[in-house]
Amino acid sequence: MPVSFTVNGRATTVDVAPEMPLLWVLRDTLDLKGTKFGCGLAQCGACTVHLDGSPVRSCSTPVSAAEGKRVTTIEGLSDDGSHPLQEAWVEVDVAQCGYCQAGQIMSAAALLAEHPKPTDEQIDAAMNGNLCRCATYLRIRSAIHKAAGQ
Amino acid sequence: MLDRRGFLQVTAAAGGGLLLGAWLEPALASAPPTLGNDSFTPNAFIRIAGDGTVTIIAKNPEIGQGVKTSLPMTIAEELDVRWEDVQIEQGDLNPAYGGQVAGGSTGTPTNWEPLRRAGAAGRQMLVAAAAATWGVAESECTTRDGRVHHAASNRSLGYGELAARAATLTAPDLRTVALKPPAEYRIIGKPIGSVDTPRIVRGEPIFGIDVTLPGMRYAAFEKCPVFGGKVADANLDAIRAMPGVRAAFVVDGGTNLSGLLGGVAIVADSWWEAQQARKQLDVTWVSGGTELQGSAVFAQQASALMAGTPQRTLRQDGDVPAALAGAHRTVTADYHYPFLAHATLEPMNCTAWFHDGKMELWAPTQNPGSGRQLVATTLGIAPDDVIVHLVRAGGGFGRRLANDYMVEAAWIARQVGEPVKLLWSREDDTRHDFYRPAGWHRLTGAVSAAGDVTAWHQHFISFGEGERFAQGASMSATEFPALFVPNFRLDASVMPSGVPTGFLRAPGSNGLAFVSQSFIDELAHAAGRDPVQMRLALLGPPRLAMDGERAVYDGGRMRAVLEAVAQRSGWGRAMPTGRGMGVAFHFSHRGYFAEVVDASVAADGAVTVHKVWVAGDIGPIIINPSNAVNQVEGSVIDGLSEMFAQEITVTNGQVDQQHFGDFPLLRLTESPREIDVHFVKSDSPVTGLGEPALPPVIPALCNAIFAATGRRIRSLPLSQHDLFPAS
Repeated sequence: MPVSFTVNGRATTVDVAPEMPLLWVLRDTLDLKGTKFGCGLAQCGACTVHLDGSPVRSCSTPVSAAEGKRVTTIEGLSDDGSHPLQEAWVEVDVAQCGYCQAGQIMSAAALLAEHPKPTDEQIDAAMNGNLCRCATYLRIRSAIHKAAGQ
Repeated sequence: MLDRRGFLQVTAAAGGGLLLGAWLEPALASAPPTLGNDSFTPNAFIRIAGDGTVTIIAKNPEIGQGVKTSLPMTIAEELDVRWEDVQIEQGDLNPAYGGQVAGGSTGTPTNWEPLRRAGAAGRQMLVAAAAATWGVAESECTTRDGRVHHAASNRSLGYGELAARAATLTAPDLRTVALKPPAEYRIIGKPIGSVDTPRIVRGEPIFGIDVTLPGMRYAAFEKCPVFGGKVADANLDAIRAMPGVRAAFVVDGGTNLSGLLGGVAIVADSWWEAQQARKQLDVTWVSGGTELQGSAVFAQQASALMAGTPQRTLRQDGDVPAALAGAHRTVTADYHYPFLAHATLEPMNCTAWFHDGKMELWAPTQNPGSGRQLVATTLGIAPDDVIVHLVRAGGGFGRRLANDYMVEAAWIARQVGEPVKLLWSREDDTRHDFYRPAGWHRLTGAVSAAGDVTAWHQHFISFGEGERFAQGASMSATEFPALFVPNFRLDASVMPSGVPTGFLRAPGSNGLAFVSQSFIDELAHAAGRDPVQMRLALLGPPRLAMDGERAVYDGGRMRAVLEAVAQRSGWGRAMPTGRGMGVAFHFSHRGYFAEVVDASVAADGAVTVHKVWVAGDIGPIIINPSNAVNQVEGSVIDGLSEMFAQEITVTNGQVDQQHFGDFPLLRLTESPREIDVHFVKSDSPVTGLGEPALPPVIPALCNAIFAATGRRIRSLPLSQHDLFPAS
C-alpha cells in the first residue's frame, strides 16, 4: 500500500506493508542508514527520528503513521553537519563506538527545539530513553550544554 | 590496497621488519586505489601521493576503543606530518599488518613501538630522498609538518614532491630507525577527536549493519533456544510462501558452540520480511542434551563443590592452617556473581557474498583472523579464499571475539548464491551470547593484632572440565593478594555446563576484583583499620612481586595510584548518614587502577553514585588523552551497569532474558554526574586502556554501600538485595 510523506524535506512515496516499521523503511527501502536498529522495542532510542518535529522511536512506529507527515532523520538534521549539536558532538569528542549517537543527537535536537537553554532536569527527561552502551553520558550532557551555548 | 611497487616495498621493509611480516598476498589485496607513479608506499601502513596526500592505515578492528585514531596517531607522529593533513583508512584483514585483534587491551602495547618505527622509516626515506635531491648530507636535514627542510640553504620540499624519489629507495631496517624523543611529540599526547565522529554525527553508513551490496538479500537465523539443539523438522513450505521470502532452509550445524549451530535460515527481500516470516516458524528441535541445566542447578552443584574437597590447589604459600589457628581474628565469607551478556548496541551481523570461488565478508568482528579460519574450516574452503573487510562495530566488549555470526552469514550466503546480510534481533543477541561465566568463592582470611593480613584461603568455583576452565572462567595462581600474603592458598573446582561462555570486558577481573577487594574491606573492618591504610599495608613497601623468576605485580605502581586516589577524593572525611565512600584497586591488562566511590543509600534502598574518582597507571604517556578519559568514564559506568541489575539466568537450558527490559543498562539519569580521572605517569611500558579501569569500581561501590549502611554485598547484582536500611 503506498504511503506518502516527506523525508528530510523530500516528498517520498513507498509501497510497502503499512505495518512495516518506519525504521526499516528508512534503512532498507530508502537507504538512509543513519537511523540505527538497537532493540526493535523502543527500549534503547537508537532509532530516534522526528515525526513532524517530535522525537519518535522509528522501530515501533508503523510507516502508516508517517502518512502526510514530515520525517527528519540524522541525515537531514543539517545539510553539512553544521547543526550546533553535530558540531558540539565533534568538539566534545562524545562518541566511542558511536552506534547510539544518531539517536542521541535526534533526541537532543528535539529538546533544544523546545528548550533552547535546557536545564539538567530537562536534559534528563529528554535523554533518558537513549541508551549508550559505551556510557558516554557525561559527554552527551556536556555536548548538549555546549550546543545550547551554556 | 597497494600497487605492485608498494607490494615490493612492503617486502623490503619486512626483510628487517619487526612486524611487517610476510608477503601481502595479492589475492587479498582488495580494491586497490589508483596510485600514480609518483606515490610512495614505504610500508603497509603509509601511502604518500604525489599531490602530498598522506594516507595512514588503521590496522585493528574499531569497536569504540579508539584505535582507529590512536594507532595512526603514533605513525603520523614519527612520519612527522600534521594530523589534520592525514587521511585514515581502515585496513582489511591482511597479513602485512601483523596481528589484527581487538582484545585484551593489547592494541596499544603490541603496536606502540612497531607502528612508530613504521612511521619513522617513512620519514627517514623522505629525508634521504631530499638529501639526494639537494646533494647534501641527511644529517643536515630536518622534518616538520610533512616537509623536509635544509636550514643551511633555506630550502624545503613537501613529502608529495619527494614521493617519487623516495619510492626508489630501499626501506631501512625498522630496528635501526631513529625515534623521536617524547619531548618533541606534537601529536602523541594531544587530545584528538575520534576520526569517525564527523561521519557518525552525519549518520553516514559506516557500521557493519550499514553494509549494502547490489542485489543483497537479508537473512534471519533461528537457532535452537536450548544451547546445542538441532532442527528435526520445520514448516519450511509455509515460510517460503510468506511475502518477500526468497529462501528458507535448515542449517544442520555442528557441536562446537563457538561455530555454526543448527537452525533455520530465512532469506528475504528485506530483513523485516524475514523477521515477519520467522514469527510463523514452527520448528521441532532435537535436544542438544542441555535442557536439564539451569542457574538453580548450577548453584546447587556449586554448593556441593564448596562443601567437598577442592578439585585442585592452584597455589599454596606458607602455612595457612597455622596462621588461621594463631590469628587475632578470622573472617569467612561466600561471594557470588552471575552470568552476564555483552549487549552491544549493534546486534550481531555480517554481510557475506560467495563469488568466484571466494567468500567475501564484511564483518564487525574483534577477531577477523580467527573468523577467517572458522569460515574456511566450516565451509571447507582455503583460508586464502576468505576475504574479510573490517567494518566499524557498534560496541564489542569481548562479544565479537567469537565469530558465530560470521560463519552463519557465510554459510547462508553460499547456499543462496547472492550477497546476504545476516542480522540478529535483540532477542537473538541476548539469548545467544558467550556469557561472562558465573562464579562462586569461599574465602577465609586472618588478621593479626597489628591489623595485618596474615592468611588468605580462597576456593573458587566456576565452569570447566578436569584441569580446563571454561572460556572466560579461569583464575590465575598469581591473582592478588597472592604473593602479598605470607600464608596463602587458592583452590579451584569446576563443573561442566552447556552454556557458552566467553570474554567480557576485563574478563576474569570483572568478577574477581569484586570478590577480593570486598573481602579485603571485610578484613579491614575486622581489624578495625581504615580500608586505605589496610590496603597500603597489604601492598607493603614498593616492590615487584615475583612468581619464581617472573615479575607479576608491581606493588609500587599500585601504591602510587592508591595514594593518588585517596588524596584526590579527600578520603577519610566525615560523610552524612546513609552516605559513604568505598575504595578498591585492581591490576589487569597491564594497568594499575585504584578507585573511590561516593554513594548514598536512600530510605527506600535506592543507591545513588554521586562521584567516582579514578587513578590509573598505564605508563609514561597517554597517546590520546581525550579518548583515554572517555574510556575510563565508560568503563566506570559499564561496571556500575553490570552490578546494578544485570544478570543472565538459565532455565531448562535456555536463557531467560531477552532484551534491555530484563537485562538493563544504566541510563543517563542513573549514571554518576562526576567522574574524576587522573593518570599517574610511571617509567614503564605504554599499555592499553579498554579494560583495566572497569574492575575496581564494582567493589568500590560495594564498599561504599557498607560504609553507608553496614550492609556487606556478597553477591551481585545489587537489585537482588533489599537495601532498605535496617531499623
